Amino acid sequence: MAAKKKNDAYVSMTAGQRASWLAVGFVKYFMLALFSFIALVPIVSCVLVALKTDEEYALTPVMQAPANWLNFSNFKTVWVDGEMGRAFLTSFAVVIVVVACSVLIGSMLAFVLNRFTFPGNNLIRSLFLFATLIPGIAMQVTVYQIMSSLNLINSLVGYIILQCGTDVISIYIFIQYFENLPIDLDESAILDGCTYFGVFFKILFPLLQPAMVTVMILKGIGVYNEYYNANLYLQDKTRYATISTALYSFTGPFGNRYNVISAGVILTLLPMLIIFITCQRFIYSGLAAGAVKG
Amino acid sequence: MTQMTSAGKPAQPSGFRQWVLQPKVQKWLVIISFSLIPLILLFVFTYLPFGKMIQFSLFDRSYTKVRGFVGLKNYARIFTKKEYFGAMLLSLYYMGGALVQLVLALLFATMLSFKTKGGNFFKGAMFFPYLINGIAIGFIFKFFFTRGYVLDTLLGAIGFNKENLPYWLRDQSINNISLVGTSVWKHMGQNMVMFIGAIMSVDATLYEAAQIDGANRWQQFKYIILPSIKTIVVLNVILSITGSLSAFEPPYVIMGGGASGTATYFIKMHQTAHVDQKVGMACAMAVILMIIIIIATLLQKLIFKYVIKDGTDSKAKKPRGGVY
Repeated sequence: MAAKKKNDAYVSMTAGQRASWLAVGFVKYFMLALFSFIALVPIVSCVLVALKTDEEYALTPVMQAPANWLNFSNFKTVWVDGEMGRAFLTSFAVVIVVVACSVLIGSMLAFVLNRFTFPGNNLIRSLFLFATLIPGIAMQVTVYQIMSSLNLINSLVGYIILQCGTDVISIYIFIQYFENLPIDLDESAILDGCTYFGVFFKILFPLLQPAMVTVMILKGIGVYNEYYNANLYLQDKTRYATISTALYSFTGPFGNRYNVISAGVILTLLPMLIIFITCQRFIYSGLAAGAVKG
Repeated sequence: MTQMTSAGKPAQPSGFRQWVLQPKVQKWLVIISFSLIPLILLFVFTYLPFGKMIQFSLFDRSYTKVRGFVGLKNYARIFTKKEYFGAMLLSLYYMGGALVQLVLALLFATMLSFKTKGGNFFKGAMFFPYLINGIAIGFIFKFFFTRGYVLDTLLGAIGFNKENLPYWLRDQSINNISLVGTSVWKHMGQNMVMFIGAIMSVDATLYEAAQIDGANRWQQFKYIILPSIKTIVVLNVILSITGSLSAFEPPYVIMGGGASGTATYFIKMHQTAHVDQKVGMACAMAVILMIIIIIATLLQKLIFKYVIKDGTDSKAKKPRGGVY
């Protein structure tokens, strides 16, 4: 349909218009290809190097293809010596717990704020709104002091609590979503003898799925890639290495063995690549939803 | 989950159960049990550190030892000492980069919102860097910029003399630009996806009408696309100010903690607190960071209110709570 329309437009053009239309098209595809190339080259170069042996890495130019495309020895090295397996477990556990808590906490508070009038409703909203003005990053110094007085340093629980923290974005996403859920649902459930708790857990919570997916994606990506707090609060790196801190620690033992480090890099971004390919649509729409909140 | 049992299960004596099932009691039980945890988290991780931060900024102190009250001296030092003020000026590089990034994002978002062969591939390729772990990006680009490695190879392939290329990371006149490039590489695709979302939310019939009226691509961009996304563009410009002050991972990993004059404001703050143990000083830096961000946010609100007066702003409709 659309292509046909374009052809009609194309046929009706004068020769000059046609030339400029083609030129625009050429520039467009050239730019897109160039920048996609720029986006992918750094990653591809890592893949090439990760498949090379130590001698190969030392002797061949970096962009030359590896001699053996199936040489996974570097991956084995980082998995065993770099303890990436353990770090993956820790990171996945943290992501799952934090995402679950964020969804539960965020949706519960959004339910209260959206469905009930009570003195304090506006106050709570304002408190959260003002919190968005205070950048979390600026408060790292005093948060550290509070965490240490709560004995939450070097504790996975402490790190998880901190990551759940003040999560205004997910609360907003849930409030927006609640605004579109009709009150009739609640009313008929109450007539059927549901308590308010029942209304939330049995009726509304299952309906929140699209908002949950958004929150899970935004939060999950953020937590999986988080480095600063993991480094600061999980200081015992042998016990509590997450994927980010494990990767950072490669600067020590693997020094300048970029082929080994590259293998670690590729392993780290593999889960993200899989999630990106399978949930592309949700990620794009989740980002858009997060942005509208501002 | 104790609240569930007290409200839902009949194990309690019936008098108590009757009382709990009263709508008014139930309502307050729900309100308190559902908002208690988020409010505690909000207090402990936002307002408490916020207060302490302002208090600490007036002292000369480490985490454990207080060496005395210094008033506003910490603040004065930030603006007079080169090591602190220089870090702040460094973020101008990142703001410049953010501007380039927005222009590129806008360009590609516009291109991709028209029918494009392989559009999904291009979009995915340019977006994917955003999902990569910051530490991984650090390593990728350390490798990318190293003398004789990826970038030099590519530039050599298109005819540059490899001997004349600068040291991308060691040369102090250029290393910050390399690092900003890394940051643009990571975030451009994310901006682009947000812009595409905004452009797609425009009614498609508008474009058809414009085409029938003979509008060319530039006119379509200027009169249809730009108005529909200016809110999100302004938002991104403001966010880039915050982002440029708090840039952390690329310089931290690539340069091993901000060596060779690449320590951004946030890295400097981190070092002041955790390496030099000057907690009072670091808090003063944090307060200034916060003030800059509040000013930027107010600026954004003002721009939305007085410069961009379109009624499509999402904040227009907001039914406040109050159904039961």
